[in-house]
Amino acid sequence: MNTVTSAYPDDRVIAELAQSHGLKLCPVIFEMVPASVLYEFAAYLIPGRMAHWSFGKQYQLLKLRYDYGLGKLYEMVVNTNPAYAFLLESNSSLENTMVRCHVFGHVDFFQTNYVFEPTHCNMIDVVSHHADRIRQYEFQYGRVVVEALLDSAMAIEEHVDWAPPDLSGLPPARAANDRGEADAGYPDLKPAAAKGSAHRSTRASEYPAWDLLDIIVRHSDGLDSWQRDVVSMVREEMQYFWPQIRTKIMNEGWATYWHIRLMQELDLSDSDYVDYARLSAAVTAPHDFQINPYGLGVRVFEDISRRFGEREMFFCREVEDDVSFVRNHLTQEIVDDLHLFVFGRDQQNVVVKSKDWKIVRDQLLHELTHGGVPVISVEDGDFHHRGELYLLHHHDGVDLDLPYAEQTLKHVFKLWGRPVHLDTVSSGRRMVLTAEGDTITQVLV
Amino acid sequence: MAPSVPDWSLQQKGASDQRRHQAKIREALRDQLGELITEDAIITSEGGRAIKIPVRSLEQFKFRFHPWESDRVGQDQGQVKPGDIIGRLPVKAKSGSKGDQAGEEAGTDYYEVEVTLEDIEDLLFSELGLPYLRQKPKAALPEPRLEFKDVARRGLMGNLDKRRSLRANLLRHAKAGRAELGPWHPDDLRFRTWIQEEVEEHNAVVIAMRDISGSMGDFKKQMSRLFAFWMMRFLRRQYRSVDVVFLVHHTQAREVSEQDFFQLGESGGTKVSSVYELCESVIASRYPSALWNIYPIHFSDGDNWSDADNRRTVESIQRLLIQANVVGYAEIREGGYSSTLMSQFSKIVHPRFCVVTITGRDDLYPALKAFFPRTEQGK
Repeated sequence: MNTVTSAYPDDRVIAELAQSHGLKLCPVIFEMVPASVLYEFAAYLIPGRMAHWSFGKQYQLLKLRYDYGLGKLYEMVVNTNPAYAFLLESNSSLENTMVRCHVFGHVDFFQTNYVFEPTHCNMIDVVSHHADRIRQYEFQYGRVVVEALLDSAMAIEEHVDWAPPDLSGLPPARAANDRGEADAGYPDLKPAAAKGSAHRSTRASEYPAWDLLDIIVRHSDGLDSWQRDVVSMVREEMQYFWPQIRTKIMNEGWATYWHIRLMQELDLSDSDYVDYARLSAAVTAPHDFQINPYGLGVRVFEDISRRFGEREMFFCREVEDDVSFVRNHLTQEIVDDLHLFVFGRDQQNVVVKSKDWKIVRDQLLHELTHGGVPVISVEDGDFHHRGELYLLHHHDGVDLDLPYAEQTLKHVFKLWGRPVHLDTVSSGRRMVLTAEGDTITQVLV
Repeated sequence: MAPSVPDWSLQQKGASDQRRHQAKIREALRDQLGELITEDAIITSEGGRAIKIPVRSLEQFKFRFHPWESDRVGQDQGQVKPGDIIGRLPVKAKSGSKGDQAGEEAGTDYYEVEVTLEDIEDLLFSELGLPYLRQKPKAALPEPRLEFKDVARRGLMGNLDKRRSLRANLLRHAKAGRAELGPWHPDDLRFRTWIQEEVEEHNAVVIAMRDISGSMGDFKKQMSRLFAFWMMRFLRRQYRSVDVVFLVHHTQAREVSEQDFFQLGESGGTKVSSVYELCESVIASRYPSALWNIYPIHFSDGDNWSDADNRRTVESIQRLLIQANVVGYAEIREGGYSSTLMSQFSKIVHPRFCVVTITGRDDLYPALKAFFPRTEQGK
């Protein structure tokens, strides 16, 4: 790309232009990779991550879609410092110019949005060390054993403490403290084993707790120290991904906003500009009745900028997450313009139910809250005074998928080593599911 | 930074984890084999066409919301309006006729794997063996035989037929007036060449026998059909060609077409010995045991008219065992009673007389394994 007569501006030119608009960038390393590598990174979500069959399943799916010409990935950016941006080798120079502009938008977002504040700046290193240790454990204890443990830990990986209470929109003080230890050197060498040797806490003050994996790592009866290590790796990686889940619309919207802005200011030929416009339109278009986060995000940012000015827009990208972004800034005009609607089941059909903007907004908020994952807390780690685990599903109007919950609860049992209970509501009735071994019992309360 | 950053070009984890995923699919299918082989969609699918099989153990379970209980937000280009139907709920993926446990309704979308009949065969047949296979004089599994029997004007120099070439040269020069060897011309050369000898192959014959008397209901018909289906597929894989003879009986036995074999149902009594005796005569007239691997199998519900006939049947089976590789008797019944035929048969103790009982779909897989046990001997 940095050949002499390149008709397209190189990274440095684009970066300077971006910075002149106020984007805060860290160094970005661009790598050209073949499709097989890009799709692999996309399946694992970050390069160098541990081996697990579920990533292979995802990889196969992405690769198949690519081979059939469905859903092409242009790039993948890794939130590290320096940041890594992987571009598809087969992209045209024009495509790569747009992708570079897009990448700088992401990099600025990673650097400035508050939910990324606690993120480790060298996560590729961290996951590579994890992968090494997993490989070592596979060697020591057998691949099947390690795999089964990962299956169980990953079944509940979302249930980690992803953020402190969002009280003031200020950077999270508590998370910073939690991370104090982590940031000092090698977070993955945290003395998990030492933690593991701690006896079950009977202190009621610890509950309710939101970090199920953390409670398991510290208080499980059923795990050896290496197993605690594996569970804490899963936990740490998920904590890295949570900010990205929480800001999908904003992050893609912001990157799209900046590729549009920057491309307009670059010196392109007319025909290139037409090609680019077609490309960009495809990126923001909805498919199969799915919301396009690129299209929604960019529309909201443009609206904020238009109504309240650019400073306000920059401020929002710093202090909001998707939930507050939608709640604070989605308007009737945007809902109408983007043709958003609420749909759902009506007997055996899927039916469009409403285009009322408030109904759309509230439904969208519901989907975005807690990343669309049911909220489950640990109420007691010594239930019945027999070391049993008592989980509470905070029912907010939608029932759990019970068969799924039952199978998941079996995984929790495997990690906890003692009976595990889940308190939930199904069809208006409160019930407690209990997993012990391979047996599940349901009791209506 | 640099030291611990992987070399991107060396990435292979995706491929190896993909293989692991594929291996897990195979494991899962193997675990479900008993159900799969009674899946109507599979046996009626023509080769190569894939059907979708839900594989439960590959599902990544999570605490998640009921997939269709709550509404969602969608987006389009402005075409739809409230009230429009934009899709149908996914039809619940369900493993064939096996009733799922109650309380499983919510899990709509199990991970589905596409399989073909051939995939299932590969899995099933790797669990089966062919015991008591006998070497037949004219090669049970022959290679096509090549014989040099012909002569051609073109060919490989290695196959040059010198004597004939010399004669051709001599002849050509003699015609021209000088009866002696002269300068060579390409037309003089003769090459030995081969033809592929069609060797008469004596492989295997399945003699399928079925009781079509009134007492054989639909379930029994279907089970015998499934059993015969897999049995024939299996043998066809093992042998170059497999003959199948279909015999049915009530009080009398007769030979029928494949279609009739699976469809016929007639009222009347049952005389089991009739079909075994017909079987013996079919073997004697068409399939001499010196040349054929013979697999007689009989499907019946075990009802027989008289004890005298039971004894006659047993005697017939004793004679058959001398000639056949394995004699099979599959008793298909829905109730738990035991039949008079079975009690007679259970007295025959012979390693190559195989009796299986099928009372439900689940029994089919063990029955196949009993009939074609995978042993050292069997390979």
